Amino acid sequence: MTAQEIRRRTVLGTAAAATLAPAGLLAGCAMGSDDGKPKEEGQANAKNPLGVKEDAALEIVIFNGGFGEEYAKSHEVMYKENFPKAEIKHSAVTEISKTMQPRFIDGNPPDVINNSGAGQIDPGTLVSQNQLADLADLLNAPSLDQPGKTVRQTLLPGAVETGTFDGKTFILNYAYTVYGIWYSSKLFTDKGWQYPKTWDEHIALCKTIKAAGIAPWTYQGLHPRYMSWPVISTAIKFGGQQVAMNIDNLEPNAWTSDAMKQAASAWHQIVKDGYILPGSPGLDHKQSQTEWCNGKAAFISCGSWLENEQKAVTPAGFNMVVAPTPSLGSGDKLPFAAIRGTAGEPFVVPAKAANERGGKEYLRTMLSLKGAKDFTGKVSSLTIVAGAADGISLGSGLDSCVKALKDSGDKGFNWIYPVYYRKLERNLVDAACGEFFSGRIGPDEFLTKCQKGADEIAADTTFKKYKRSA
Amino acid sequence: MKHGKYPLLAAFLLPALGLYGYFVISPYAQAFVISATDWHGLSNEFNWVGLDNFKRLLSDEYMRNALWHNALLLILLPVITIVLALFFSSMLNVHRAKGAGLYKIIYFAPQVLSVAVIGVLWKEIYNPRSGLLNGTLRALGLDGLAKTWLGDPAVAFWAILAVMVWANVGFYVVLFGAAMQSIPKELYEAAELDGSSRWATLWRITLPLLWDTVQVAWVYLAILALDGFALVQIMTRGGPNFSTDVVGQRMYDVAFSENKFGMASAIGVVLFFLTLTITVAALRITRRERIEFS
Repeated sequence: MTAQEIRRRTVLGTAAAATLAPAGLLAGCAMGSDDGKPKEEGQANAKNPLGVKEDAALEIVIFNGGFGEEYAKSHEVMYKENFPKAEIKHSAVTEISKTMQPRFIDGNPPDVINNSGAGQIDPGTLVSQNQLADLADLLNAPSLDQPGKTVRQTLLPGAVETGTFDGKTFILNYAYTVYGIWYSSKLFTDKGWQYPKTWDEHIALCKTIKAAGIAPWTYQGLHPRYMSWPVISTAIKFGGQQVAMNIDNLEPNAWTSDAMKQAASAWHQIVKDGYILPGSPGLDHKQSQTEWCNGKAAFISCGSWLENEQKAVTPAGFNMVVAPTPSLGSGDKLPFAAIRGTAGEPFVVPAKAANERGGKEYLRTMLSLKGAKDFTGKVSSLTIVAGAADGISLGSGLDSCVKALKDSGDKGFNWIYPVYYRKLERNLVDAACGEFFSGRIGPDEFLTKCQKGADEIAADTTFKKYKRSA
Repeated sequence: MKHGKYPLLAAFLLPALGLYGYFVISPYAQAFVISATDWHGLSNEFNWVGLDNFKRLLSDEYMRNALWHNALLLILLPVITIVLALFFSSMLNVHRAKGAGLYKIIYFAPQVLSVAVIGVLWKEIYNPRSGLLNGTLRALGLDGLAKTWLGDPAVAFWAILAVMVWANVGFYVVLFGAAMQSIPKELYEAAELDGSSRWATLWRITLPLLWDTVQVAWVYLAILALDGFALVQIMTRGGPNFSTDVVGQRMYDVAFSENKFGMASAIGVVLFFLTLTITVAALRITRRERIEFS
């Protein structure tokens, strides 16, 4: 092809674009038209507290990721036991946003969506655009198989907060995730090491580990936000729950508070003293976690999906376990055992779903003890239903999560800003962590950089802001 | 035969034009409309905001940072790729280096790989601990040159640029090679008799006679440099610390991670005009007299 031809094409293309613009709009607009479907509704009674129409079809869309889709099929069977006349349409996709977005725009979404994975629809936007049904009636309905309790009363502490926006719960996060510091209990037993409970012990142990020829730490270098978790956890344990609340509410100087400063300068020590596996900043999550599984590093920060994610490369007898971050000192407001536990794996019922009541009833089925036990057994993950993991044998990692949660009791903590403002964690805090943990900036600059990100979000009127008070 | 020509032409052209209009032109045109709204891409509700999105972009430092990287690519990618491709193909075609056939295959091999494969492949090669690159450097005793590559903001951009050149140079080796075949052998023979050096032959004979092809290459590579999205998305997602961010990655983040389709469309519109301007500019600047071999 010659240059002349290219030029002709470009010019033609532009001219056509200009003249066809109005026609294109008429032809089919991406922005949707205004028509919804009528709602399917039935009579409420004791057996059917949400008033589901018995023969209304139910459409479920599952994210086909780490948990697969088999667990959902058994939940669907359980739903069908109660509503035999209902026809259930099940589908499993990996790109939720790309497949579901057009249906939201059309006003024709399915009844339940498992809005999860890297391709999830930004939850904050779904809420701010009024696309989700309020789940209050579900949470206040009686539990399916725990008589005398409402659904809300059967859940673990902190189960609904991550899905609650300005006091209303729109997202049901079904799986319970524990975030902490992971190590191989086999390695520690072999070497006679004790997991450190205080910061001084931690640094002393790092020295011993390094002397033994192992790097004390590695981290998910290309996704450095994983390291923001231990830093914020340390700060919350030092300064109390208010630290997290201020960050979530985008309070001025929330990131540069005294607690955050103490935590950041403590964590700076593992960078300064060379306790991080060389090359870590250039590894992605799988690569760094694999180095850790291969015994090249002793500690890594992660959530409880780690065991499942690393299944294929974990050596037999590795025995990974989770532990809380070490306490800064005796002045800490929360005890050493306090750990970050949070509900993840979001399920939503779209506000425009035709069978909205059926969708909520499906969630009620998932939240029954039977449904939750089935999930835990099938995918080796905890759920937000209290006691659902009892009597089920899990891997060493999950067993340690159950134990850590028990020890943590009501001192557990969490933060929600990544749900409110995905960009703040995924882009801005992430970038600051990368600079900090590769040693290019110090703790003060690190916090200033995080604060700058938070201030940018606070000043940007295109983000809807949320506040929480508990 | 003459009458009935137009209905026949139309029968062939119209369906194709219709599809093109519906699936290519119409989305382009809609992007212009959407860029004037605050549409979040989840409902049919939106507000008209006029040029607000563009005003925000003007003062957005992340956008400026991404644009700067595209500008660097725009200059470096075509220059490096074309110079290398010219050198390789003149070695293969004019001077007939030993094993030319094998080299041709080696240069062209990346062309048959999809961008996703190239990205994943190089991510592993750049792995600072078990990657091929640092492994080779260390084996050669060049430990000092081993880097964290994609983890170092000072290096990551250049690491990605290198992959872009690697992935594209083969195509231009073949393109220039084909054009070189059409240059009459007598010209080279005459040059050789006059004692012209290889460099002089390339500079004084090959390049001027290839100018048309180089021009096309330039435009293709410029368009590629304005994109660069796929490799960046797979290898670094714009990090570390935004050091590899490009406009395409910005657009993707704003659309799919922040759900601001109005703003993302505005970025798309900016990119559209940039591409158009640069294409026209590249064609004007490189315009020369055409040489016909008779």
